Order: sequence, then structure tokens, then C-alpha cells
Amino acid sequence: MHATMHPIAEIVVCVLLLIGSGFMLIGAIGLARLPDFYMRLHGPTKSTTLGVGGVVLASVVYFSVRGNGLSLHELLVSAFLFLTAPISAHMLAKAAIQQRLPVIERTRGRVWSPARSVADAGEEGHPDAGKPGK
Amino acid sequence: MLAIVIPIALALQGVAFLLTVARLLRGPSLPDRIIALDTLSINAIALLVLYGMVIDSTLFFEIALLIAVTGFIGTVALTKYLQRGDIIELR
Repeated sequence: MHATMHPIAEIVVCVLLLIGSGFMLIGAIGLARLPDFYMRLHGPTKSTTLGVGGVVLASVVYFSVRGNGLSLHELLVSAFLFLTAPISAHMLAKAAIQQRLPVIERTRGRVWSPARSVADAGEEGHPDAGKPGK
Repeated sequence: MLAIVIPIALALQGVAFLLTVARLLRGPSLPDRIIALDTLSINAIALLVLYGMVIDSTLFFEIALLIAVTGFIGTVALTKYLQRGDIIELR
């Protein structure tokens, strides 16, 4: 089924696919393994979006080489994801701060004085710290 | 070479999908589940693009775009409901 491709284009498609899928796996591992919601927010919003960008670029190269002309309308998906991932991350961080989700000790910049901590419940926040959710 | 790499990529994305489902089922708080749903829609987009490459059809990009729009709207609506208790506030 993949008989008529130039070898260099095939290598480019393979490398882009492996890089994109690896970034998606890294983002999912971060979502599943990190101890804190504000850390877990980093995995899907950066790594998974970049992984989808890699897979979409592989698809662009694949369909441009194989068939009839340049095929660029896949990039619309990637552009939309790159636009909307920071917006959803921002709204999720705002909702998490409003709900006062528990944090661990290493999470810096708590201006919202979390109601309870993961490690110990007696830690009070510092009101003059930096921006939340760093 | 592509016939070897495409199943490897499918396996990696399947493992990513399963890890996200585990976070969705386990997630201790509600924003965890919301971000797991958002990540599931993104994983579905990547799987659809890859499947379009497998069966050599360009039909799947419109479906991927629809899933992207729906996932973003769902995430925004859920977080807005979580913050304000309402989705569309008229003044």
C-alpha cells in the first residue's frame, strides 16, 4: 500500500510520526503520573499539542508526496489546536484555583492559600508570592 | 519502512489513550477529569489523522476538525460551569 513513495519522503514521514507519537505518549505519562493538578496541566497542554502537530505534519508530507499536489488543509487542525490549547489551559487553571485544589510543597507561587495540602494540611500560603499556577 | 513505523505509532498513541482514560477514571478532582476529556479528544484527532494515512483517504480531516471544535467547546463550557455555576450568563 505504500509502494510509490520517494525514500527520502518516506524517512521524513517516519521520523515525524515517531516524534509526534512519542510526544503524545510523554504528555499522557505526565498526565497520569505527576502528583499535582498544576503539574498535570503541563502535560496535555504542551506536549500532546506538539505531538499532534508532528503527526499532522507527517500527514501533510505523506499526502503531498503521494498524490495530486500540495495538501495543506490538514494544517487547519493543527492551527486550531495551537490556538485553543492555551485558552483551555488558562480556564482550567482558573477553575482549579477557584476550587482551591490541593498542592504539594514544591509547587511555587501560592497566592490563593490552598485549603489543604497533599503532604500536610497545616501549611498556610504566602500572600505576597508570584503568579499562581506556574 | 512506513509499514513498520505506522503500527509503532498506533501502539504509542494507544498507550497514551489508555493512560488518559486511567486519569479520567481515577482523577481525584473535577478539573482532572475535564483535562482528561480534553486530552482524549486530542488523542482521537491524532488517531484519526493516522488512520487516514493507513487507509489512504483524505476524508478524515474534516472529522478531525469537527472533533477539535467540539472538544474545545466542551472544555470551555465545563470550566465555565465549574467556575460560575452557569454557562451562558445573561447580564
